[in-house]
Amino acid sequence: MELPIIPPAASTFANEVDHIFYTLVGLTIFFTTLVFCLLIVFVVRYHRGSKANRANRSFGNLPVELTWSIIPGIIGLVIFAWSARPYAEAYNPPADAQEILVIGKRWMWHLQHADSGIRENNELHIPVGKAIKLTMISQDVIHGFYVPAFRVKRDCLPGYYNTVWFIPTKVGKYPFYCTEYCGTNHSKMGGFVYVMTPADYLQWKENGGNMEVAHRETAAERGYDLFNKYGCANCHASEDGVHGPTLNGLYGSKVVLQNGQTVTVDDNFIRQSIVNPDSVRVAGYPPLMQAYSVGDGPGQLSEEEILELIAYIKSLGGQNLRTLKTTTSSATQPSKGAGGK
Amino acid sequence: MSSISVPGAVPVPESRKERENYLNIQHTVASWLLTLDHKRIAILYLLGITFMFAIGGAAAAGIRIALVRPHDTFFSNEVYNKLFSIHGIVMVFFFLVPSIPAVFGNFALPLMIGARDVAFPRLNLLSWYLYMTGSFLMLLAIIFGGVDTGWTFYTPYSSVYSDTNVSLVIFGVFIAGFSSIATGVNFLVTIHKMRAPGMTWFRMPLFVWAMYATSIIMILGTPVVAITLFLVAMERIFGFCVFNPVCGGDPLLFEHLFWFYSHPAVYIMILPSMGVVSEVIACFSRKRIFGYEFVGFSSLAIALLGFLVWGHHMFVTGESMYSGMVFSLISFLIAVPSAIKVFNWSATLYKGNVWLSAPMIYALGFIGLFTIGGLTGLYLASLAVDVHLNMTYFVVAHFHYVMVGGAIFGFMAALHFWWPKMTGRLYPESWAKLAALIMFIGFNLTFFPQFILGYLGMPRRYHYYLPEYQAWNILSSAGASVLAVGYIIPFCYLLWSLFKGAPAGNNPWGAVGLEWTLPSPPPSHNYDEVPIVTWEAYDYEPVIQAELAGAAVSHPLMTTEEPYIKETE
Repeated sequence: MELPIIPPAASTFANEVDHIFYTLVGLTIFFTTLVFCLLIVFVVRYHRGSKANRANRSFGNLPVELTWSIIPGIIGLVIFAWSARPYAEAYNPPADAQEILVIGKRWMWHLQHADSGIRENNELHIPVGKAIKLTMISQDVIHGFYVPAFRVKRDCLPGYYNTVWFIPTKVGKYPFYCTEYCGTNHSKMGGFVYVMTPADYLQWKENGGNMEVAHRETAAERGYDLFNKYGCANCHASEDGVHGPTLNGLYGSKVVLQNGQTVTVDDNFIRQSIVNPDSVRVAGYPPLMQAYSVGDGPGQLSEEEILELIAYIKSLGGQNLRTLKTTTSSATQPSKGAGGK
Repeated sequence: MSSISVPGAVPVPESRKERENYLNIQHTVASWLLTLDHKRIAILYLLGITFMFAIGGAAAAGIRIALVRPHDTFFSNEVYNKLFSIHGIVMVFFFLVPSIPAVFGNFALPLMIGARDVAFPRLNLLSWYLYMTGSFLMLLAIIFGGVDTGWTFYTPYSSVYSDTNVSLVIFGVFIAGFSSIATGVNFLVTIHKMRAPGMTWFRMPLFVWAMYATSIIMILGTPVVAITLFLVAMERIFGFCVFNPVCGGDPLLFEHLFWFYSHPAVYIMILPSMGVVSEVIACFSRKRIFGYEFVGFSSLAIALLGFLVWGHHMFVTGESMYSGMVFSLISFLIAVPSAIKVFNWSATLYKGNVWLSAPMIYALGFIGLFTIGGLTGLYLASLAVDVHLNMTYFVVAHFHYVMVGGAIFGFMAALHFWWPKMTGRLYPESWAKLAALIMFIGFNLTFFPQFILGYLGMPRRYHYYLPEYQAWNILSSAGASVLAVGYIIPFCYLLWSLFKGAPAGNNPWGAVGLEWTLPSPPPSHNYDEVPIVTWEAYDYEPVIQAELAGAAVSHPLMTTEEPYIKETE
């Protein structure tokens, strides 16, 4: 029977995490051995009946107390700082990270490559060496997306986008799991991440992934279709801002809300604007926008559709954005520019 | 008839067996169910928590049986999810939280400070009824089909999606919470107002310091979880919108509120055990605890800092990275008072006169296993590493090391240390040592492989796992069966000792402490005359000097009626 001990390390984060982990292992072995040895040696040496020297018994010693308080404290602070750095880095995806939209629901994972529109279920194909950013939301309860080989994990929350990013460093097939208990089939909710060489990945993309090559659109292009289908264009398409705020150049900018608060327009803000507009109403606009209901029923927007709409709105330009490029070679639609005309 | 055949021991006079004590003073059921005697209430609690421990243990057995196979296991998904939920809820709320405070805090605390009872005896009895009511509701919920939310009740799964008996369980936990609060209030007032004359704060046994710190947490923290679970039930039953994002609620709000209690709760579970370890290490080293003030204050430090670290359960929820850093930093700092205790206990053994009795073996086991458990907590406090290890078997292994290797070993130490005082009987020492050894081996075999499984990436609450993890899972399950034997053996010999155990005498351990001046079992009113304390805690110098000079070294049993503590001139 196999006795595996070390998981594969297949991302840039994995190596950093493993360094800290093994340092902690070393500290654990050191202090555990120290304590066990002290206990065993003292119990044996000073066992009742032994002839050890028990003169000058002491019951307290301030320098000793300070030493064994301060030294572990310093070791702890060092480990804290060392570990905080990669954690902070994980909150700042590079601007050119390839975005994958992730929807978790009981009990499967649905993913969409934003740049190519390729959809996958319970699988993720990505190229090695490139930054990948996951934008995740749940359709029901809290889930968690965890790739042990990458040492990467982030909760997938209902009603709120969480993002996580990583750079895979080794080609291979790595399991991923749902890591937040979500009911009956929690322990079957997972799949595999396939890290491919750039050439293989391009090939895979050309073939439309593992799904049938249907209507090939990027997430933003799908978002444009939805923008018209659900009537958003009626108020938001014009640039004069009369009926509703223009969305050109909106993403990443700051807006002032009705309550005086200044917020940054990010994914979560846009989602709230769609599903609960009154809660994030921009100052100067009357409460005229209907809230869109989220779900799979008729007339409802699914989480995936909301993500596609957000992708479209991002493509209308804005701060800190990479320009949207349609990279699909068989795209037949003209690229959708600003204004959606 | 003296049943002690031990060289050098003083035979027990016949009259001792008829002496009136808290157990035999009245025999009716009503005298037990309406008792106001803290010692009887302690026994009532012991019966209750033992029963609940068996329920939680049965659930654990189910889990480990299921995990022997990576798929196609013995239980359906639904049953498995209920097993781990019931295991966690029962063990945390209905065993560990009450365990040492409700049994040994109730029994020994008043005795240790020279009091005749706790401050509010009726409140004490009420706390037992609250505990039993909560336990009864939990049992009903299990009979009606159980609950599958996990002991953490994360929303919106628990408040909207689960179709198991969530509200009934919440009701049970809610009521049991008031038992905790009542116990905490009682102990705080008792410690403040009922210490014998001359027993200053720094003459108190360290177990009393530990119970004080624990009581602070019980009082400040329990109401938060009570209200939080109440809100979950309201959302579930009446559709109140609190945590469900569909109507504007926030599922993470639940996590903050829940962990605000549940992190301090783990210190409720460990601090009393640490107090026990101080008592046992001092007694069986024949030496005052090294660094008494440091150990006492460290209990308070843990209690207070424990309220500031809850966010370390939420590092991957997407919360602000700055809040993550604050929680991580404080989580590292809270390791320091625990380290202080471990080093001070070790230093106590130095130049002591060590007697490796069963309670001592459990206490030493605590120190070793708590060291491992506490150190592995640092991995989880460490932000980048926690991203990998959170919600895996590493966490499961960590908390079982501190809760079983720590808290339960401390409970077993207390049980064996105070058994003679509570029952007037000695248990068979060799069987006890054997059981302690079996428990130590079984425990490590069960939970050490889980550290490895966690690092490999096996998530917790998983019914299915990759086939290559099977060997470690089988090892863990094998360990669990050894651990089960380790639990069953004491149950048997302790029960046996009630009928056939040698009479204990006042002070079979030669311990220094007010409780050991009383007969075993003590009379209902505890002290005929309230002692006046003029000596320091752990005044073992006379004991160790006598032993080093050759007295009572060949056999430890002392059955003299002489109180060991000098009484007032």
